[in-house]
Amino acid sequence: MADVGVQIAGVGMHPFGRFDKDVTTIGVEAVRAALAEAGHPPIDAAFCGTAYGGVASGHKVLGALGLTGPPIVDVEAGCASGGAALELAAVALAAGRFESVLVFGIEKMPKGVIRSSFFDPWQEQAGLTPAPAYFALRARRLMIDTGITKEDLAAVVVKNRRHGVENPDAMFRKKVSIAEVLESRLVCDPLHLFMLCSPNEGAAAVVLRAGEGGVRLRSAVLRSHLPGSVLSEATPMAGDDEGVTPPSALAAAEAYERAGIAPADLDVVECQDTDAARELLSWQELGLCEPGEQPKILAGGHFALGGRLPVNPSGGLLSKGEPLGASALGQVVEVVRQLRGECGARQVEGARVGLSHTIGRGANACVVILSR
Amino acid sequence: MARVPVHPGLFELDGGTLRLVGGYSPSSGRFHFPSAPVCPYTGADDVEEVTLPEQGRLWSWTAVNAAPPGYSGPAPYGFGVVELENGLRVVGRLTEPDPGALSKGQPMRVVPEEIGTDEDGRAVVTWAFAPSAGEG
Repeated sequence: MADVGVQIAGVGMHPFGRFDKDVTTIGVEAVRAALAEAGHPPIDAAFCGTAYGGVASGHKVLGALGLTGPPIVDVEAGCASGGAALELAAVALAAGRFESVLVFGIEKMPKGVIRSSFFDPWQEQAGLTPAPAYFALRARRLMIDTGITKEDLAAVVVKNRRHGVENPDAMFRKKVSIAEVLESRLVCDPLHLFMLCSPNEGAAAVVLRAGEGGVRLRSAVLRSHLPGSVLSEATPMAGDDEGVTPPSALAAAEAYERAGIAPADLDVVECQDTDAARELLSWQELGLCEPGEQPKILAGGHFALGGRLPVNPSGGLLSKGEPLGASALGQVVEVVRQLRGECGARQVEGARVGLSHTIGRGANACVVILSR
Repeated sequence: MARVPVHPGLFELDGGTLRLVGGYSPSSGRFHFPSAPVCPYTGADDVEEVTLPEQGRLWSWTAVNAAPPGYSGPAPYGFGVVELENGLRVVGRLTEPDPGALSKGQPMRVVPEEIGTDEDGRAVVTWAFAPSAGEG
């Protein structure tokens, strides 16, 4: 996909948070903004990422804009839904099937711990379904395997929340201290409330066009999990092998190869931070650091704004909250704006190459590489 | 009180003991849980149902402090992964709800745990792991 010439013609966001409007209205605002930036090209197809939207969610958004006619397909891949939609659009453009494709993600999540049709009713009845508990088991293993501490987990939150102060699209825009993170409610030890992203509402949209110039989509790769890891996002009840390569690493390796770049070429990264430990795992799975290097990187501020590779300059999901179907495209919008130099106080100076990463239930991981 | 499993096929109940029922594929040589029609690693359809080892070691743990949606049993409750003696790591409830009272690698054994009653007044039972001091 590296040489097909897919460019980002326009992006748009509806802020992530809680709003007194329906999901269609939220989607319309993001799509309208992206189409306006792109100069209102004729759209040949639309892919809409959503997990909780229900039947024909994308169709309803385009119907409200008077844009029905082309194919409109809803795409569900858990937290990676928006990334999956982007990959499908990119493949269709690469195949020469379409000239302009609209990709958007919309969501209005129920409040509190996410209830997922992924699980069987007996699993809910037995108490085996809360996502923060699985995140906590993974965080504990990361701490055991690498020596990462609870304070390191808190430092991730401090970094992302500091970034989020400068992002008007984020839900939480107040700095927090290590002490405040550790004093927030203990949800599932070792994870405190501030270490977990909040499910919420929002939308993001991207118009892709065949062509050169501006911000280019260098690769968009989706990979699912290999069985074996009991704590993978696939959420199995059992597993016998923690040595399998996680889907994020599979997707990243292919995305780097297709884009013809290495991790060292990156200037800015938006990665999955559904909980603080997830971000630290993402670093190693994306090849941004070696396992166990995270505390040193945190202490040195290397992945904070002003450091050598700012990660989650948008504030991440820890600041923005997570509208499932929209979160992956929200990251893409951030990277595009970073590459265009539009990010004001959270701008990564001179950013030319950026990566975004999400991983969702069913363990689909999506890695997107963009450059200008 | 009469007892009923939370779901059929997950385990065998006999008085105070519970044995998890997993699957084993002779062609792949690998165990899984719950037992599935095909081996999740290879797709082979030679899966045999087997009872899994009762003993294992604690591999990761936490506690769920507030009842999640769809759950009406007691809270807080322990939650963790135990590596059984055959190497299979199994997710389950822990009888110990205080994470500070647990440590990596400590011996655990599988036990029945009651999580409520059904409409006929029978105790609903699932599997859980309990510290087994002095063993292993």
